Amino acid sequence: MSNLNLQLKVWRQSSANAKGTFQEIEARDIPDHASFLEMMDIVNERMIAKGEEPVAFDHDCREGICGMCSMVINGVPHGPEKATTTCQLHMRKFKTGDTIWVEPFRARAFPVVKDLVVDRSAFDRIQQAGGFVTVRTGAPQDANALPIGKDVADAAMDAAACIGCGACVAACKNASAMLYVGAKAGQLNSLPQGQPEKTRRTLGMVRQMDKEGFGNCTNQYECEASCPKEIKRNWIGKLNRDYAVSAAVEAVVGLGNASSGGD
Amino acid sequence: MPLDSKIPSGPLADKWSKHKQDSKLINPKNKRKFTVIVVGSGLAGSAAAASLAELGYKVKCFCFQDSPRRAHSIAAQGGINAAKNYQNDGDSTYRLFYDTIKGGDFRAREGNVYRLAEVSANIIDQCVAQGVPFAREYGGMLANRSFGGAQVSRTFYARGQTGQQLLLGAYSALNKEIANGGVQMYSRCEMLELVTVDGHTKGIITRDLVTGKVEAHAGDTVLLCTGGYGNVFYLSTNAMGCNVTATWRAHKKGAFFANPCYTQIHPTCIPVSGDYQSKLTLMSESLRNDGRVWAPKKQGDTRHPKDIPEDERDYYLERKYPSFGNLAPRDISSRAAKEACDDGRGVGPGGRGVYLDFAEAIQQFGENTIRERYGNLFDMYERITGESAYKQPMRIYPAVHYTMGGLWVDYNLMSNLPGLHVLGEANFSDHGANRLGASALMQGLADGYFVIPTTIANYLVTQKPGSITTDHPEFKKALEDIKAKTNRLLSIKGKRSVDSFHRELGLLVWDKCGMARTREGLTEALEKIPALRDEFWNNVTIPGSGDAFNQELEKAGRVADFLEFAELLCIDARHREESCGGHFRSEYQYEDGEAKRDDENFTYAAAWGYTGDFAQPELNKEELKFEEVHLAVRSYK
Ligand SMILES: Cc1cc2nc3c(=O)[nH]c(=O)nc-3n(C[C@H](O)[C@H](O)[C@H](O)COP(=O)(O)OP(=O)(O)OC[C@H]3O[C@@H](n4cnc5c(N)ncnc54)[C@H](O)[C@@H]3O)c2cc1C
Ligand code: SF4
Ligand code: FES
Repeated sequence: MSNLNLQLKVWRQSSANAKGTFQEIEARDIPDHASFLEMMDIVNERMIAKGEEPVAFDHDCREGICGMCSMVINGVPHGPEKATTTCQLHMRKFKTGDTIWVEPFRARAFPVVKDLVVDRSAFDRIQQAGGFVTVRTGAPQDANALPIGKDVADAAMDAAACIGCGACVAACKNASAMLYVGAKAGQLNSLPQGQPEKTRRTLGMVRQMDKEGFGNCTNQYECEASCPKEIKRNWIGKLNRDYAVSAAVEAVVGLGNASSGGD
Repeated sequence: MPLDSKIPSGPLADKWSKHKQDSKLINPKNKRKFTVIVVGSGLAGSAAAASLAELGYKVKCFCFQDSPRRAHSIAAQGGINAAKNYQNDGDSTYRLFYDTIKGGDFRAREGNVYRLAEVSANIIDQCVAQGVPFAREYGGMLANRSFGGAQVSRTFYARGQTGQQLLLGAYSALNKEIANGGVQMYSRCEMLELVTVDGHTKGIITRDLVTGKVEAHAGDTVLLCTGGYGNVFYLSTNAMGCNVTATWRAHKKGAFFANPCYTQIHPTCIPVSGDYQSKLTLMSESLRNDGRVWAPKKQGDTRHPKDIPEDERDYYLERKYPSFGNLAPRDISSRAAKEACDDGRGVGPGGRGVYLDFAEAIQQFGENTIRERYGNLFDMYERITGESAYKQPMRIYPAVHYTMGGLWVDYNLMSNLPGLHVLGEANFSDHGANRLGASALMQGLADGYFVIPTTIANYLVTQKPGSITTDHPEFKKALEDIKAKTNRLLSIKGKRSVDSFHRELGLLVWDKCGMARTREGLTEALEKIPALRDEFWNNVTIPGSGDAFNQELEKAGRVADFLEFAELLCIDARHREESCGGHFRSEYQYEDGEAKRDDENFTYAAAWGYTGDFAQPELNKEELKFEEVHLAVRSYK
């Protein structure tokens, strides 16, 4: 184990409407076994000792599953390691003398709360607009009465692995949320349980996404490259196809007010 | 005070049906008039909030994360048990019941545990209907695996992300109800106080974590689904935000805290690597299906594991527990690892580690199969340690993982404080002194989807809906108390950070009230905790203000509560003069080191009441009656 000396340039912004700026912070003697967030803890402890306000950042599980951590590190959401969240990034990937830029996820639909913390509630509202199967507690049939092929189940699981972190949005120059929406809609739209509501779901989620101010997808796939859970771009393709079909269904037979709601 | 568990009479297998039949009903029109406050959006909270809203109740749900989907349940890896007997390997409701009672070292209630086993099968049906992508076989049927402490394959799983998938299922049900207007969701909103009026629970006080606004919420009943208190140890496998605040504040308002000393140490976690460490990472127990646990036979053996020949390795679980081997329950496996390390045979930095070796499984099934089964866990291990478990054995060490203790509840999941219901890990009800793997997810969902929707009406029928509003003086007083407490914390302006206190408390509690406890050590801890608490209230420093986003302030409130709670934890551990499950008192063991229960004197749940003096809590006992099973020495040999 060895220690690193680093130079941080960290985005500081006291509140949503305040003007932000980069602060230079010296990070000396950082153990290379520490995680990136533990490095931030060390830095914060030192700031507190000096009577300064520590850097605010979101985190909870620190094991890459809750989707709460959210920094842009050296220009890349979740930093340089492939398929790795910020909390799972370790300092052994850096070397002494490095300068590290640390910024919040930036997108119109993700306003800054403080420093590196952003508001991702738009993601919840998209889910509320159709990311579910309408089934009551207590009503279902026996689980094995509905066989689902292993390949279908595995593909649904691939999509369901999304942790809702928002890195895909932060990575996209248009701040598009297509990968996130494609993953959730795709999971349910490809399972038999999700068929009855496929049209409403697809239209509801996509329209809510637009309403929240996420941008359009122009097929650059920076989202896929920065996704810590390796959600594949083909879910965007599927979402586009499902949307086209759903819009056509709506035009021909209508949906009543079914596709609205959620906000 | 006598504690009435309200277990229905009659044969064990009929109790729940009978209770459902006997439970009160509220007609749909009236349900709308009742406001139910649900604190927590994990499996228990989300499932309860969604199911109650479906029934027509007006639900307000709270969580401190930025989204209900990020509750700590998301982190569960291994799986969820259910007595489906899809494998035809002899499983049944009774067997799951028996395994859970035995696994809990005969310190849980028969009635509750049987109900849990009974509804377990419905949980799987429910989750599949929601679109939860459980693992499947080629024929399209659900797949199962076996898990620690069981000899049948009854665990359902979704890769290594079972908790995530179950929670996303419950979250989708919650979203459906939010969209319908049945649930009002408050994220980044922390409950800081419980409000009681004339002995009944009537609401909560919260702090909006973004704006700092302190607010009152009135309801006809409150459900605490706020998870466990494992972070009293500072280092644990729990998420950083997990805390005891909600349950502790309720305790100080009169709710009994039961069996706090029943804490679970998980045997397979990545060892501590330095003092900067902020949390410990669990490596799913499912790894023990294919991994073999060993330590060198020789003390202080620093050779690379591959240079240690077969006959110089001690596969101690297989040696000591031939029938369960590497699948021995958690408490037993954890203690065995500690013994090996205490004996000077530990590996890795500081000698606090043992090996979990996959070489044989890789040879037998091929690296691809192992990758398919555990790939994400192996990747996680490599990210954290920089080592590949395909090439060398993992290093593991036990870590605090789960807390069986919690607020005391009766069969309706209501605490002794009328109107306060407690679900999921936050209550004490089903796991006795030790929880079996894959049973917490089961319990959280059972409580939320199936139990509370039936039992809540038994309380609500006694209440006039909406009778108390936030205009009541008790709410005003509670609001002022919380504001004053926040100001007091901010005005200390001492020299030490919140984390430094939390870390010191954690080390102390781990040392004296961790895997092995003694009267002497606990007494020492009980002297040190109040002193540390005093220092906290005089010397902590919290930068920033109370009317804005302030993470140090959030942590300070939680650590202040841990500093009080830790004392009760140690008092309970000292009073329980026996070893059982996760509570191991070194004074009480058999010659071979196995836990020695004292059924004659301790077959009860210890439900502690708050007296105003932390050092003198009031002990209430709920005697545990075993009508179905025979109390036996738990043997996994
Ligand atoms: C790493 C890990 C792996 C696990 N794996 C398994 C497994 O494979 N199988 C298994 O059965 N169990 C497993 N467990 C245990 C299981 O995950 C938990 O016991 C269970 O998920 C707890 O669910 P819950 O709903 O009771 O609480 P949680 O999921 O912890 O939810 C608590 C909720 O309460 C909220 N909250 C808390 N305090 C407040 C407050 N003051 N104000 C407002 N909101 C508050 C939080 O925001 C959160 O929404 C695992 C646990 C860990 C740590
Ligand atoms: S698709 Fe990937 S990057 Fe986007 S929210 Fe999901 S996990 Fe995060
Ligand atoms: S903190 Fe949970 S994913 Fe990073």
